Parts: sequence; C-alpha cells; structure tokens
Amino acid sequence: MIITRPRDWSRIKANLAEIGARSVFLVGCGQCATVAHTGGEQELLEAKARFESEGIAVAGWAVGEVACHLGGTRLTTRKHHGELDEADAIVVLACGAGVQTVADSTSKPVFPGLDSVFLGNVIRHGVFEERCQMCGDCVLDLTAGICPVTTCPKGLLNGPCGGMWEGKCEVLTDRDCTHVRIQRRLAEQGRRQTDVLPPKDYSKKLKPGAINLRDGRTTRSGGEGR
Amino acid sequence: MSKLAEALGRGEFVVTGEVSPPLGTDVTAMLASVATLGPSCHALNVTDNQGATLHMASLAAARLVLDAGHEPIFQQTCRDRNRLALQSDLLAAWAIGLENLLVVTGDDPRGGDHPEAKGVFDLDSTQLLEVVSGMNEGRDMIGRELTGKTGFFAGAAAFPEAEPYEAQIVRAKRKVAAGARFVQTQAVFDMDKLARASRDLRAEGASVIAGILLLKSPRVVDFINNKLAGLMVPTHIEQRVRKATDPVSEAIELAREQVAACREVCDGVHIMPLGLDSAVAEILR
Repeated sequence: MIITRPRDWSRIKANLAEIGARSVFLVGCGQCATVAHTGGEQELLEAKARFESEGIAVAGWAVGEVACHLGGTRLTTRKHHGELDEADAIVVLACGAGVQTVADSTSKPVFPGLDSVFLGNVIRHGVFEERCQMCGDCVLDLTAGICPVTTCPKGLLNGPCGGMWEGKCEVLTDRDCTHVRIQRRLAEQGRRQTDVLPPKDYSKKLKPGAINLRDGRTTRSGGEGR
Repeated sequence: MSKLAEALGRGEFVVTGEVSPPLGTDVTAMLASVATLGPSCHALNVTDNQGATLHMASLAAARLVLDAGHEPIFQQTCRDRNRLALQSDLLAAWAIGLENLLVVTGDDPRGGDHPEAKGVFDLDSTQLLEVVSGMNEGRDMIGRELTGKTGFFAGAAAFPEAEPYEAQIVRAKRKVAAGARFVQTQAVFDMDKLARASRDLRAEGASVIAGILLLKSPRVVDFINNKLAGLMVPTHIEQRVRKATDPVSEAIELAREQVAACREVCDGVHIMPLGLDSAVAEILR
C-alpha cells in the first residue's frame, strides 16, 4: 500500500491563504490512507475540527472507496456537488495519485493534505516498512526474496559495502546488512549465490509509467490522457 | 606503465599514501602534503569527496599530483555519478595520464556534509570494475568500440576485519574477478585477520596493500570507534594510545610495528597519517 504522512499544516494554510480560500471541501481515501491513519474518516473529522477552529469553514467531506480511481472519484465529486460548489478549494488527504485524480474530477483548486512517502509493507497495525521500489526489473529471484535495491540504503546489487560490521548496516546501524541477510538465507535454503548481479536496466522504469490492457499493449512512457 | 604496478610485479613491498583535495581552489596545502608524502610512497591515493563531503574533483587533483612529479591513484566512487559520467571520467582520466585507479562504492550522502543529496549508486563498485576491465579491452559498457582504449591498473577496497568474514570476502573476491589487480584494505589492527584475507585475495591473483592508520591521540581512537561504523580499535591498542605519555611517538611506534608485521603477510601498506604526514618517513624506516 501507499504510505502517506501528514503534511506541514502551515503549508496547507499558506496554500489556502494564497488563493483567499475561506471554505474547503475535504476528500479522504478508503484504502491506503485509511489503513495508514492519515486520510480515513477519523482523520478527516480531525482535520475538519482543526480548520474550523482556525476560521476556515468546511463545506463538506467525503471518503471515497479509492481516491486514485478516476471513475469512483468522479462519482464522489458528483454526489457532493452542492457542497463542492460552496467550497473555495479542496484539500485531499490521500496520496499524490489521489490528489491528482481529484484535481482531474473538479474545476476547483485542489491541494495535497498529505505527503506520499513509500510503497509500504504492513508489518503490523500501524507499522509500515518500505520493501519494494517498483523498479520494473525484479531481482528477488536471485536475492532470496530480500530486495537489495530498496533495503540496502545505497541500493547496491552486489554487497556488502565496506562499512558492514558484525553483520550490521553502516548507514542504519541498528539494522542487519541486507547483503549478509541475503547470503544467509540463500545458504540456509541450500541455494547458490549468483556471481555478480549486472547493472540495473533503468529503462524499465521510465517515467511516466502507463499500461493499457484494453488495447493489448503495454506502454512505458506517455500517459493515456483523459 | 604504472610504477605501482611495476613495483608490485617485481615483488617489492609497496607504500601508498593518501591526499585529500581541498574544499576550494587553493591547492597549496594539498601540494605540501604531496611533497612530504610523495618521496616515501610509490603512489598517492587522491580521494573522491571522501566521507561524502565536498572537495575538489579527484580527477583534477590527481593530475596535479602527477604534475608535481608523483604517481597518483585516482579514486572513483559510485555515489556521485551515473554510468555515463563514470565512463566519461574514466576516459578523461586515462587521457590526462592517470594510470592507477581505485574503485569504491562511496559513503552514503546522509553521513556527509550534504545530507540532502541524492546518492546515485547507479553502478556498484564490482560492476564499475567490470566496466573498467571492458575499457581496458577497448569497449564501453554497451560494447561499443572505443577510439583509444584505457590501460588502468585498477584496484578495489576490502575490510579484512569485518565479520561475518565469509560475506565480505566473497564480495572482495568478486571484485578481483571483475578486474581488481590490487586491493587496499581499510585500517587493519588484527594481523591474523589481515593474513587470512591476504591469503584468500592473493590466491585470486590480487596484491594486498594493508591500511595503516596513525592513532595519534585518544581523540582519534574515539572518533574511529564512535563515528566510523565498522572500524573498531581493539582494547589493547586503545590502551596503549590512552596510557602513552607521548601519544604521537607511541602512534609512530605502533605503526612501525604494524608495518613490520605487514611485510610478513601482504604486499604493501597504505598509510593514512591523519595529518602527521611528516611522520610517514619515520614509520617506514
């Protein structure tokens, strides 16, 4: 899931002040931001109270099913069109994908209420860790299911680096070195370690990614438009 | 041909030193250091934004060492440049006469003076050594023929004292397989561990140059133990430095003993004088 965290409140206030907004509509997300406790119903109600205590009216709020789903978000904005018409701006408590989907679904100014930080594993309730960077060129088959691209702070494919000490990472000293973990797990599973992993193919992760299953082709660059 | 390569080829016990390019354009202090260290050393490493802190480019500074009449070892880290920049700098280095090369991963930017910087690490040091080997054979990373090939005497870094030993020696051996002809180690304090790594790396065909750090004061010991992850001064050595009435002469004596011990197990020493440049000649005497 996409992990988000609350954005600097003064920046949100400055965004609204810059366009002279006196009232806002709040949009959350029923998926990731709800699980991350940053953009679910509870967080929207907290944000509502905070805006109101600081003199900004909240015309309404909605937590759609998935903020980044264009069709669903358009339905949400249609359903709340009366409240939206009253608002000078929309603040979205969802990831950057959600913010852009909302911005594509309304003519009102839209501002992010969160910062998107990583694709996270849910380790347990409220504990998230980054394990995958969506690099488009997976090496987990060779690295015993431990991603060096993401979990080695330097992203080295061939490690450990010269700072490893007593099996610990040089950069994040309280963590085990990713490369030592990979070697250990491969050995435990009786698997041979690949000699040298070749340089990554970054052309597999060119921005902006786009896939279209409808016309049977995958595109790596260029969006599909609206 | 690289004098360092020649000396190692003859079986001579080599000495390398280290100079740091300035933060700025005034190279007076660097050249003074070169003049002091140069006569005692076969070659001088020229560091590349060491510790992820800003300095003049090692490419230019290494050429200044060459102009001063000494042989540089051009250090290249993978932290600050992508594969295009790394390759073009390698071509530049060879074209301006730099023959020795030390390829290292590089410290992470978050431990340096520009913690907001993006660490590049497009290639790691093993991969970069493979690139260098290709360039020495006249082709770039994508296999295109170069107009004029390189002939680098390439080296890598290793850390003989880091445990688990197996995890890091496997990688060091891969660096040798990728083209490292010599290996410079991080500071060594445990001669048995040095001997073990030296035996394993020599068996792969690389020369081993052991890192000797001048522990000139208890403050240096504290810095190493607290700030440099993975570089721990053993208690018995720490005590010698702490109890010494004259820490500098104790540090020199300690380094002399280490150099003598290294002569038995490896091919040379890399002296890191931490400012005590003038003591290097004495250590080697």
